[in-house]
Amino acid sequence: MDELNNNDAKSNSRRSFLKKFGIGVGIASVASVTGFSLAKGNGNSYSGEMVKLLTPDGKLVEVPKEAIQAAKLDTDKMKEEARKGLAGKKFVMVIDLAKCKNARKCVDACQEGHMLPKDHEWIKLYLLQENNESSRYWFPRPCFHCDKPMCVSVCPVGATYKRHDGIVLVDNQRCIGCKFCMTGCPYSARVFNWKDPEVKMPEGHVYDPELTIPPIEGTVGKCVFCADKVRKNELPRCAAACPMGVIYFGDLYEDTVTNGVETLRFKKLLADRGGYRYREDLGTLPSVFYLPPTQRMFPVERGIDNQTNEIKERYKKAGPR
Amino acid sequence: MQTDKNLLKDLTPEIEKTSTSWYIVFSVFFIIFAVGVYGLIQQITKGHIVTGMRDNVVWGVFIVNFIFFMGLSYAGAILSGALHLFHTAWRRPVIRLAELITVISLVIGPFFIFFCIGRLDRLYYLFIYPRIQSPITWDVIAIMTDLVGCFIYLYLSFIEDFAILRDYKELDVPNWKKKVYKTLSLGFTGTPAQKKIIASAKTIMATMIIAIAIIVYSVLSWIFGVTLQPGWHSTIFGPYFVISAIFSGTAIMIILMWIFRKVYNLEKYITLRHFRNLGVLLIVIAAFYGYFTFSDYLTKWYGSIKMDSLLIDKLFSDYSWLFIFANYVGILLPIVIIGLPRFRTIRNITISAVIALLALWINRYLIVVPTLETPFLPIQDSREAWNTYSPTWVEWSLTFAGISVFGMLFMLVSKIAPIISISEMQEIDEEELLK
Repeated sequence: MDELNNNDAKSNSRRSFLKKFGIGVGIASVASVTGFSLAKGNGNSYSGEMVKLLTPDGKLVEVPKEAIQAAKLDTDKMKEEARKGLAGKKFVMVIDLAKCKNARKCVDACQEGHMLPKDHEWIKLYLLQENNESSRYWFPRPCFHCDKPMCVSVCPVGATYKRHDGIVLVDNQRCIGCKFCMTGCPYSARVFNWKDPEVKMPEGHVYDPELTIPPIEGTVGKCVFCADKVRKNELPRCAAACPMGVIYFGDLYEDTVTNGVETLRFKKLLADRGGYRYREDLGTLPSVFYLPPTQRMFPVERGIDNQTNEIKERYKKAGPR
Repeated sequence: MQTDKNLLKDLTPEIEKTSTSWYIVFSVFFIIFAVGVYGLIQQITKGHIVTGMRDNVVWGVFIVNFIFFMGLSYAGAILSGALHLFHTAWRRPVIRLAELITVISLVIGPFFIFFCIGRLDRLYYLFIYPRIQSPITWDVIAIMTDLVGCFIYLYLSFIEDFAILRDYKELDVPNWKKKVYKTLSLGFTGTPAQKKIIASAKTIMATMIIAIAIIVYSVLSWIFGVTLQPGWHSTIFGPYFVISAIFSGTAIMIILMWIFRKVYNLEKYITLRHFRNLGVLLIVIAAFYGYFTFSDYLTKWYGSIKMDSLLIDKLFSDYSWLFIFANYVGILLPIVIIGLPRFRTIRNITISAVIALLALWINRYLIVVPTLETPFLPIQDSREAWNTYSPTWVEWSLTFAGISVFGMLFMLVSKIAPIISISEMQEIDEEELLK
């Protein structure tokens, strides 16, 4: 992700990261320098004991010990930021079908990272075959983060929303669980928490729609393009975990996508390899693009042979459709 | 106001005393209801995992019941409104039934949406975070409007009856009931001015609830129609739903007429004529409804669009028997039975109505479930048990609880108000005297 990772972006994202958590320590005199919000001490007289702190823009400052207040996690601010998204970005994903062999590492990484129950997949692998004559191929399907998302249109309470950077998120604390978005989505990308997910929360964890942890009973979940990772300029978990480098992720405006190994020009990649979107006819304008399964690296059977019986069962009925 | 004592006794059989059979039937309904409550408690404590719904088929019997009960309600509204507006002479003994169907099923219907919602505790978010773009918000607005309109209409038709009961001194009822009649009759004494006000208010409301019912049921159909799903994404759904609602409403009217006639010995008032008239209405609507059904499925079947073909294949394979019953038997059988004059007896008409009602419920099921089992991406990488839908006992228990509440509410209303409008019946006498 090096090309994306210039210094500006780095400090920007860190600043916004800190801002998001509403960290506010500081003192009157240093305020204008650091840009920190300030809490007044008791009068102006400090005992003189100073503490060294690092500001968000990398400066080392000294502040009187008494003036330091514990930072409080500003969850409202967090939610607000999670609704806006990253400015000046439009995230896209390119999935190279020629390389996928159903290794399912993306599924595992996703489930682990989002603390999903084992029967929830936010990214699913389909074994598709268009017709009798054409061959079968593996088809990973995350959420498509459509630019005209049906799920967002039909949501009665605005629990699911589209951000400036193209990511579609679900606020599990807003969702009423009517499941209209699930019937609205033509790609079956959404899952429902039919029972208490019973996940063990890390100590002091605070809910964040960008991570959607914990999953909440009676609400809808789906792939979030790893909005939390993206904010930190990292690859989504599925892309990072894929041993074959199937999944490329990047910014449309920068015209760059990377799978962690190679970084490519987005438009050129689509042009060279005949990139397409799944079911363009539905008009939902997905942000996920596919490269056709030409000159495949592995026989498709390899995706089934090495699987457990339970997973083999899931593809029993796969056939031309 | 003079009221014929026999008329009053006949039409208010349960107001003064409660019969043993009333208690027995009510207890049976109540037990069914209690089982439903137990099912609901299971669902709330254990989560929606106790239902048959899973990630592929996310809507099931609950939504089917919702559409079904709302359909009954709108049909009741359209029927009672039309009967009132057209001054149909034979309407008098049955118009109250239509009004009660409207309000009672309108009260029950939304509960099935509540059962389907994952976070019932956040239901009020619909009001504090509403998004007007969502058809569910349209539905919330529409149903609330309908609820208000229908209650006003029902109440208008009750005022005169409450006044009659209030003025009938020999009525052997507890004092609280007398007080209720006195309050609810709003000082109506039957002066020409009062009668005129009530009559014109009823006419206005009758017109309005017909319009509201059509709008509201179309809005409900658009919850399906606006999605991209095969089988749902159909321009015909609005009018199709309205027609099928009237179909089910006519059927339930016939069934309830039969039950009330038997239970309360109303043979004198509800006659073969009523069954014939409503029976003829049923088959006329059946013809329209069949025509809509046929058009909808023919266009899907004839073309070669993949998703439509997959859906039709599913309907004709996995669901073939249900499809045949719902869309052939349920439409053609009533037409044949009621269409031929020599079969047109009260019993046969009622049997046709029962078949029609059952078939319509299954038709709804075939609209909701097979579509969800036919998504654009084939169902794969999903658990075997999640691929198809079959309702669990929780869903059935709540379904039957809904039906029993329907019965119980009718029985409770019969304790406090006439089951046939006395004021309407009196007007007959007055009209006849004028001749």
